[in-house]
Amino acid sequence: MSDARKKSKVVSYNKWGYIFLAPFFIVWVIFQFIPLATTIYNSFFENYRSGLTQIGPNFVGLKNFVTIVTNGDLINYSKNTLIMWIIGFIPQIFFSLLLAAWFTDPSLRLKAQRFFKTVIYLPNLIMASAFSMLFFTLFSDNGPINSILVNIGLLSQPFKFMSNATAVRCLVGFMNFVMWFGNTTILLMAGMMGIDQSLFEAAEVDGATATEVFWKITLPILRPILVYVLITSLIGGLQMFDVPQILTNGTGDPARSSMTLIMYLNKHLFSKNFGMGGALSVFLFIITGILSLIVFRISYAGEVK
Amino acid sequence: MKKLASVLLSTLMAASLVACGTSTSSGTPAEAPAEEKPAEATAEATAEAAPAGDEGSVLNIYCWNEEFKSRLEDHYPGYEKVDATTGKIGDVTVKFTITPSDDNAYQNKLDEVLPNNASAAADDKVDIFLVEADYALKYTGADPAVALDVKGDLGLTDADLANQYQYTKDVVTANGVLRGVSWQGCPGVLVYRRDIATEVFGTDDPAEIAPLLSDWDKFNEAAAKLKEAGYTITCSANDTFRVYSNNVTSKWVEDGKINIDPNIEKWVEDSKALVDAGETGTYDLWGDEWNAGFMKDGKVFCYFGPAWLINFCMAADDEGSVAHDGGWAAVEGPQGFNWGGTWICGAQGSDNPTLVADIMKQLTCTESVMTDIVKKDSDFVNNKPAMEAAAKDDSYAFPILGGQNPLAMFCEGANKISMANISNYDQGCTEEFQNAMKNYFDGNYATYEEALDAFYKAVGEKYPELAQ
Amino acid sequence: MSESTLKGKGTSKGLNVHVRRTIAYVVLILLSFLCLIWFYILFINSTRSNSGLKSGFTIVPGAYLVQNFTNMLHGTVPVLNGMLNSVIVAGLSAGLCVYFSCMTAYAIHAYNFKGKKAIFTFILMIMMIPTQVTALGFITFMGKLKLMDSFIPLIIPSIAAPVVFFYMKQYMDSNLPLSLLEAARIDGCGEFRTFNSIVLPLMKPAIAVEAIFTFVSSWNNYFTPALILSTDKKKTLPILIAQLRSADWLKFDMGVVYVTIAFSIFPVIVVYLFLSKYIVGGVTAGGVKE
Repeated sequence: MSDARKKSKVVSYNKWGYIFLAPFFIVWVIFQFIPLATTIYNSFFENYRSGLTQIGPNFVGLKNFVTIVTNGDLINYSKNTLIMWIIGFIPQIFFSLLLAAWFTDPSLRLKAQRFFKTVIYLPNLIMASAFSMLFFTLFSDNGPINSILVNIGLLSQPFKFMSNATAVRCLVGFMNFVMWFGNTTILLMAGMMGIDQSLFEAAEVDGATATEVFWKITLPILRPILVYVLITSLIGGLQMFDVPQILTNGTGDPARSSMTLIMYLNKHLFSKNFGMGGALSVFLFIITGILSLIVFRISYAGEVK
Repeated sequence: MKKLASVLLSTLMAASLVACGTSTSSGTPAEAPAEEKPAEATAEATAEAAPAGDEGSVLNIYCWNEEFKSRLEDHYPGYEKVDATTGKIGDVTVKFTITPSDDNAYQNKLDEVLPNNASAAADDKVDIFLVEADYALKYTGADPAVALDVKGDLGLTDADLANQYQYTKDVVTANGVLRGVSWQGCPGVLVYRRDIATEVFGTDDPAEIAPLLSDWDKFNEAAAKLKEAGYTITCSANDTFRVYSNNVTSKWVEDGKINIDPNIEKWVEDSKALVDAGETGTYDLWGDEWNAGFMKDGKVFCYFGPAWLINFCMAADDEGSVAHDGGWAAVEGPQGFNWGGTWICGAQGSDNPTLVADIMKQLTCTESVMTDIVKKDSDFVNNKPAMEAAAKDDSYAFPILGGQNPLAMFCEGANKISMANISNYDQGCTEEFQNAMKNYFDGNYATYEEALDAFYKAVGEKYPELAQ
Repeated sequence: MSESTLKGKGTSKGLNVHVRRTIAYVVLILLSFLCLIWFYILFINSTRSNSGLKSGFTIVPGAYLVQNFTNMLHGTVPVLNGMLNSVIVAGLSAGLCVYFSCMTAYAIHAYNFKGKKAIFTFILMIMMIPTQVTALGFITFMGKLKLMDSFIPLIIPSIAAPVVFFYMKQYMDSNLPLSLLEAARIDGCGEFRTFNSIVLPLMKPAIAVEAIFTFVSSWNNYFTPALILSTDKKKTLPILIAQLRSADWLKFDMGVVYVTIAFSIFPVIVVYLFLSKYIVGGVTAGGVKE
């Protein structure tokens, strides 16, 4: 096929590129770009509803941003979010690495792999709201977990899970762990299977143990994927909402120790305080923006040819 | 690249055109009040002139639970139940929209629909909405009004309303205009378990128990005794909250600032001591644990509440409940109080004013209907002579209270209730205050001041105008 | 370990693998238990009566499943409606999402136009913006468009799904040779028809995987629907579940609560068990570049 002919063909078809892109961009502009712009715009105004009367919008400059930083809310709820994310992420990455290493280790020849993979991925598909509602009923003061613990004599009286800051945070972290470790395992497995087998063979010849192979070969090669998992999980963690929201009925109790950033945002949206909600959204946008750039750097930069 | 930019630009422009087009035609919230006026006039006109036949085919009722629905189903002549949230009165379909009142959800819903009610589609217009004393003022005192004038718009007369308790009218009266009615009165009493009383105090006779619980000091002493025997005096510190908060001398919000009344502070002090001593808990009212106290294996000595608590919450149908065998008894307790009560308001813009007026009249003014409510639901109805007669009639004894007739106690309470210190913000403040203090009692806030800060913050989020 | 050092190197290695395998199985079984126990408890509890549940947990199921189920259907929470709403929203979202993501990916894959590189980069950049960040503007703008309390804001936005787009693009790179399209053009096939009748069928495996993912995430979504939907009859399952948490508990039968939760996750479990092979495989194919 001669170059000239190809070129003329392509040119006549090229407008189709724009046509096929149009739906995506029209929808994106209406449902994401304009909302994003409105959100940012709103953050500079005092704008809320007091009962039946509307207050504002009055332009207040950066006042909302200042308020949200100086009253400690942003720091506090970021801290809560981060703590709960870490409680979930540490066991998640630990077990995921372990399982992925086992699943991909040919010398182990684990049976029923498909069964296990299916089972560990299952919690990821469960409605977070249903899962946390279930946990709420199970861990309530008179709930089944307490009744089991009391019956087998581990506790003399029911433990109030929902009134203990550490317990609530751990429950949230634990739920996130159960919901996400299967997903992470599968992601890491893909990375491990991509490693050149000859590296392992060479290591075996040199007499390296499985542990050594894992630390010296597997882990360094996996580094980009691990960073990817870490950052995407952190972005996901920043969006943490359903689980603590429903577990604590939106209060983030005890003493707001499990109130996440998005729960806080939701509070403002719910009472229609658009100024403060806007300022909070802008902060979130900036934080996730930075994190996304990192992901973009490590994962997709090479994609764009 | 130029091409791309122009594509993007034109999309943006198209989108903003769409935005402009709709915003001009829809009417922003700021314009809504202007639209309100003519609607008001028409609503009044229809109320006086139009026969029922010309009115809307759907009666929309906004409420937060099923209480009113069951009253209407059981006692409104000609009401037919269709399914869980719909019914029929003649040709009119009755639709209930139930929004739980937690976290201000119900009020937010009302705030959203009521100001635009006049311009809503006929079948979507709210006709009746229910309010509680905690926030009644917000809707009855609002300017422009969102609730119909019971006398002026709906045509109920002073004679119709003569038998109602004065405080039930005060709650929904603003600037001299009555904008709601209630079929019930909610004076509260202290309800205790006879078996525990016998075990700890040696008697279950209300006459002998009453002096043991007649003020807060005695109440707290009794709590210590109960604790020794392995019981808690109440299920939760929140149980006594209403009793304290109904005997306040100032409002939650005074001159645009949040205010904590001394009696509320006393509640915190007393409750903290009780919780620390293990003499009560910090459970949520209505929660699982709270309900468990109504069962025979519960460890709770008493509950505070009006008639509806006795009849609605104590699970008399359940064989395992104390109420099933009539194991409770009532005394006046440390302080009198009012808890709850539901007021019926007609919504401005309603297209069924005649029916709304008739429902109000039947349920809150017609003595035969009201005595039926007492008989069937053991509710304390808003009809003074009827209740006073019933108080003397042994056939009105409550089986749940082991045959005791508490109505005399209720009648006396109802006469004493004052609702002078209610504000628009009571529900939000009460909810957030209890929540913040629960955390204080549980030790999640080290000091009262810390809990108070959390309370201020939460109220500020709910009502930004009160933010400090 | 000390035992194995006594023996020769060859045998120690065999034993080592044996021990490690045992540990692996033990851990796997424990983790599986951790994943499955909740479903078991849920199942047991939804078969028991309210008063039975109050008296503590048992291992054997009760006999109230049918009773609880009928109570649920006749309760005030419109669960059946919610299920239907969820099916409509999630089904349409999934359909639109995969179709248009394919189309977008195809535009980048098959054509050479000005700004293509920039657009591709741009889509990848917006991939990570969380929906929550734009939620405020979203609800105010939807309010202006009179789209509050309607399904449209929950369905249509799925057309612009950068993540799905990226997956489709990846798949096309390895499975959709451009020469095939050339052939179609020579046969006189229009561009739109080429896409619908040649490209889409070839994309079936990718479409299946992404359709399932989109369906599930839309099915489980709570944040956006909770802000948009306010009429009980329009609410999707997650909102109804969340309502149980704040509901008037004295009216609530715990058996019914459990059966409602079970009812809302059951369809997803069934779909998953049938399609688990694709789903587990699909996780890796989309996200990461190896």
